[in-house]
Amino acid sequence: MHGVSKVFSNGTLALSDMSLTVERGEFLSLLGPSGCGKSTALRIIAGLGAPSSGRIDWPSSTINAKGLPQGDIGFVFQDPTLMPWATVFGNVYLPLKLQGVGKDVARPRIMETLATVGLADFAEAYPRELSGGMKMRVSIARALVTKPKLLLMDEPFAALDEITRQKLNDDVLKLWRQSGVTVIFVTHSVFESAYLSSRIVVMRSRPGQVYADLPLATSTARSEAYRTSEEYRATTALVSKALQDAIHAGGGSH
Amino acid sequence: MAEAVDTNLGTDANTVIAPPSTPVGEQVARVLVPVGMLLIAIAIWQLYVVLSGTPKYILPSPVDVGGALLTDWPTLLPSLWVTLSITFEALILALIGGVGLAIVLVQSKWIELALFPFAVILQVTPIVAIAPLLLIYAPNTQTALLIVAFLVAFFPILSNMVQGLKSVDHNLLNLFDLYGAGRWQQLVYLKIPASMPYFMTGLRIGGGLSLIAAVVAEFAAGSAGAGSGLAFRLLESGYRLNMPRLYAALILMTLTGVAIFGVTSFISWLVLHRWHESAVRREN
Repeated sequence: MHGVSKVFSNGTLALSDMSLTVERGEFLSLLGPSGCGKSTALRIIAGLGAPSSGRIDWPSSTINAKGLPQGDIGFVFQDPTLMPWATVFGNVYLPLKLQGVGKDVARPRIMETLATVGLADFAEAYPRELSGGMKMRVSIARALVTKPKLLLMDEPFAALDEITRQKLNDDVLKLWRQSGVTVIFVTHSVFESAYLSSRIVVMRSRPGQVYADLPLATSTARSEAYRTSEEYRATTALVSKALQDAIHAGGGSH
Repeated sequence: MAEAVDTNLGTDANTVIAPPSTPVGEQVARVLVPVGMLLIAIAIWQLYVVLSGTPKYILPSPVDVGGALLTDWPTLLPSLWVTLSITFEALILALIGGVGLAIVLVQSKWIELALFPFAVILQVTPIVAIAPLLLIYAPNTQTALLIVAFLVAFFPILSNMVQGLKSVDHNLLNLFDLYGAGRWQQLVYLKIPASMPYFMTGLRIGGGLSLIAAVVAEFAAGSAGAGSGLAFRLLESGYRLNMPRLYAALILMTLTGVAIFGVTSFISWLVLHRWHESAVRREN
């Protein structure tokens, strides 16, 4: 994704003159205090709500009527946002159904996607029968079923417990490595962003802007061992420092 | 009800734990207790009438009522049929009209604003009060009754449906936008399923009200002679002090109401039991 330069402001000036270029295949985290406009930025990238000024440029890609690359974006919300009346299968089928793909044609793809998130056995279960972490997996499977080039995740694991969250972090990393998808991951957790990202963009609030841009190249593969490594500790220290500075720059009410 | 749900879900667990089943004794008691209570109440009624020697034209015994139900069946059946057909025609029309109008209303806030005063006026007016007026305009009594029953059943269905169509998770709406869903897809795949719990509430209320309206409107309209519904039979029996037949007509109305309640509740359960909290048994 080249030249996603984005400039805008809305009623409360959630974002002001924010520019960001996302490279293909990156795992980019948007990190910042609550209310700094990270989610707003993500939603605008997704085309949910137009910017009041500025624009988004997409690389060569078929652009649909709304100026978005057709079928190339997957979105994972803060809540699983599943349809309670549909089974896991039905929920994951939704994006394909809306594109007019027949159920029988879609079935192998859906089952394959469910298998990658470890839910192949739960295709016929209803969302209310699943745990919070499993619902989130369904939500991720739904975002991936269209094989998007860009996966947007809006604090997807904020409401989950630490153990589930770590497990899902590992799973997301694995999916990212396997599929080569570009990920933009919104979070307010320093540790999560340091663990996952190949690049962290720290945002400040009032006005919402990019404050720091930290590429993270790590020597080792991210795994359980990495969580306790010195390198990880140093990274989190660096990121924490950047976040603290960003909070001070934004008036420091947090 | 909910136990049968998870049979193929335990595949990745090492142990299959049998779901707790309700003991047979409790299942039998669940039927026996209410039915037994009803039978006891009828027995007390019979006993009271016999022991106190109350005359039939004041309070008939259950045996008398049962007898009237059998002997007057040829008179009562056509009336039951008239009431039933008014009730169901009104309900079906109210379902089509209520759901249809609700879908139109939620399409645009201007349509909703424009039609809002009419909806309020028709809702707050006691519809039965306009039955005599309708009798003048309608080609015949049955049509007038049908219109009244329709109007009464229409509003709970409309207002519940509008509420339901508006109560869609905003993130799901965003998701549909993200995937470029059209208005029609949004309606069919998202708004209508999401509104089902509300629709079912409207259906249950509307079903009960359409019967009540069909009966009350007939009282108000004062129809007579052939082609009359149960309400007329009830009034007629009252004038003639034929209490057993009056009670028989009343029982037929009650049974109709119970049947409507049963059918609408069953439909509601059928649609919602897999996913909606209201129809799922709570397990802790």
